[in-house]
Amino acid sequence: MTPSDTPWRASSKTRAGTFVAILAVAVILIGLVLPGFASRRLIQDLFYILTMLTLAQIWNLLAGYGGLVSVGQQAFVGIGAYALFGAVILGGMDPMLAILLGGVAGLVLAVPMAFFAFRLHGAYFAIGTWVIAEVTRLLVAQWKALGGGTGTSLPRAATSDMIGVAQVAELFDVRTAAARDILAYWIALILAVAVIAGIYGLLRSRMGLALIAVRDNPEAAKSVGVDVRWLKWAVFLIASVATGVTGALIFLQTARISPDAAFAITDWTAYVIFIVVIGGIGTIEGPILGVLVFFLLRNSLADYGSWYLLTLGLIAILAMIFAPKGLWGLISARSGLHLFPIRRRLTGPLPERGEG
Amino acid sequence: MMLTLDTVSKSFGALTVTDGVSLSVPKGEALGIIGPNGAGKSTLFNLITGNLMVSAGRIELMGRDVTRMPAMKRVRMGVGRSFQIPQPFEGLTVFENLLTAARFGGAASHDRAVHDCAEILRRTGMLARANQLAGDLSLLDRKRLELARALATGPELLLLDEIAGGLTEGECRTLVDTIREIHAAGTTIIWIEHVLHALTSVVERLAVLDFGRLIGVGAPDEIMASREVREIYLGIEV
Repeated sequence: MTPSDTPWRASSKTRAGTFVAILAVAVILIGLVLPGFASRRLIQDLFYILTMLTLAQIWNLLAGYGGLVSVGQQAFVGIGAYALFGAVILGGMDPMLAILLGGVAGLVLAVPMAFFAFRLHGAYFAIGTWVIAEVTRLLVAQWKALGGGTGTSLPRAATSDMIGVAQVAELFDVRTAAARDILAYWIALILAVAVIAGIYGLLRSRMGLALIAVRDNPEAAKSVGVDVRWLKWAVFLIASVATGVTGALIFLQTARISPDAAFAITDWTAYVIFIVVIGGIGTIEGPILGVLVFFLLRNSLADYGSWYLLTLGLIAILAMIFAPKGLWGLISARSGLHLFPIRRRLTGPLPERGEG
Repeated sequence: MMLTLDTVSKSFGALTVTDGVSLSVPKGEALGIIGPNGAGKSTLFNLITGNLMVSAGRIELMGRDVTRMPAMKRVRMGVGRSFQIPQPFEGLTVFENLLTAARFGGAASHDRAVHDCAEILRRTGMLARANQLAGDLSLLDRKRLELARALATGPELLLLDEIAGGLTEGECRTLVDTIREIHAAGTTIIWIEHVLHALTSVVERLAVLDFGRLIGVGAPDEIMASREVREIYLGIEV
């Protein structure tokens, strides 16, 4: 029998998936027109949520699907941000274009980082990435032209005159600073959608099968023909580029940088891990849910200083013990819901269970 | 010749696990490997598949030197294997486990792979479990999945590592029938097994390993009658 007349098909379509696709388009459209009636504060909050969501999706791709538990992601946020500041301050580049340089910088750092870190496994890999991130921070702190250890700011002229600001200011009849926020928010929205769509596409492709296979059992993956080394490199490099771009965008919005802020393990890795763990590792839905929970906690506990961090830590520990698959794992197990279906179901003349 | 091992050795530090093994397996043959626990049988498999690299010696597959070739390339040349302790991809369904093997090991197109995987699931009695997560399977089903996934790579040389261990008599018979079918279709098989009646009902030759050395190869009757084998393998003092 040839494949064309075979009764067997593989399908990952679900009714919920179709509904979510329509919902996603609606959310994106609302997101794009939102600056027309939302306050500047809301736009800034959404910018934060979207950039954290992007970082969480990327980390989830690395750890939840690729089995690469990196705690050095702040290296890519930092190097991406510094690449933008360097290009704008020293090279006179337009900040909008310099965001892309953040991705290039992430890639350039990722190659030597992977070269060393891929020789390590499990917990050692995690520690290795952390150490390399720290070394990168110390090296960047020596960059006197960008303020060394104390950091620097983007020139006001550069951010005010950047591509699109004047048009946005005119369109919404707002001041330059607010227009800059709207522009950054739009890019954050596009970036988050692109990263989620990219990861979803990747997981539904042939490479997605290989990723989960390698995560679950690298030796067995090799034994069915998966090029484990190539796959890990590919995922790590993709993640580094995306993290670099996100880092550049985050610090374009704040317009101020220092090594401690740009390479902060708490802000760019610990919170990100919290989001993924609380939401549900190894799912696309998890980080979306996680970032909302994280944002609510952050807002309601922000005035409690170190109690805030202690509470986050406690919640993360409780989640790991009682809900290792996160909040989305609980919801999904009870409802059988998959908003981003990636499982390929075999359809055709299947026997009943037990018939064998 | 399907496979030729030329004085293949493997050491971990001072410990020699495989000691100068030379063996030829013609195309289409079914060869059994026996030996006491720790004799180096699974290590020998890992050397053939490329999951481990030899310390010395040479391995030829279909006339081609593959001694330094990585595992995934050997799979694509036609080496399929099962693991002694089942190693399913637990986060994937049974069908997806096979699909991964077919798409990477077999390099088949998507539609072809889906069709082939469904047929293999039917042959191995796993069709009803196709859409179940591999992590939720029972031991028997995990063993069946090991065989099914190895078949999905489209192997010309199939390495089976204690696939019948822990099965009931009835389950074992079904498995033997499946392996016979695979062999009859022209696949070369090397099978490590402690369940001797299952093994000898399929294989044409038996090889005996002890302390990493090959101490005999021949027809199953001859091997089982050999005094050395009975002493070493069966622990019977003759």
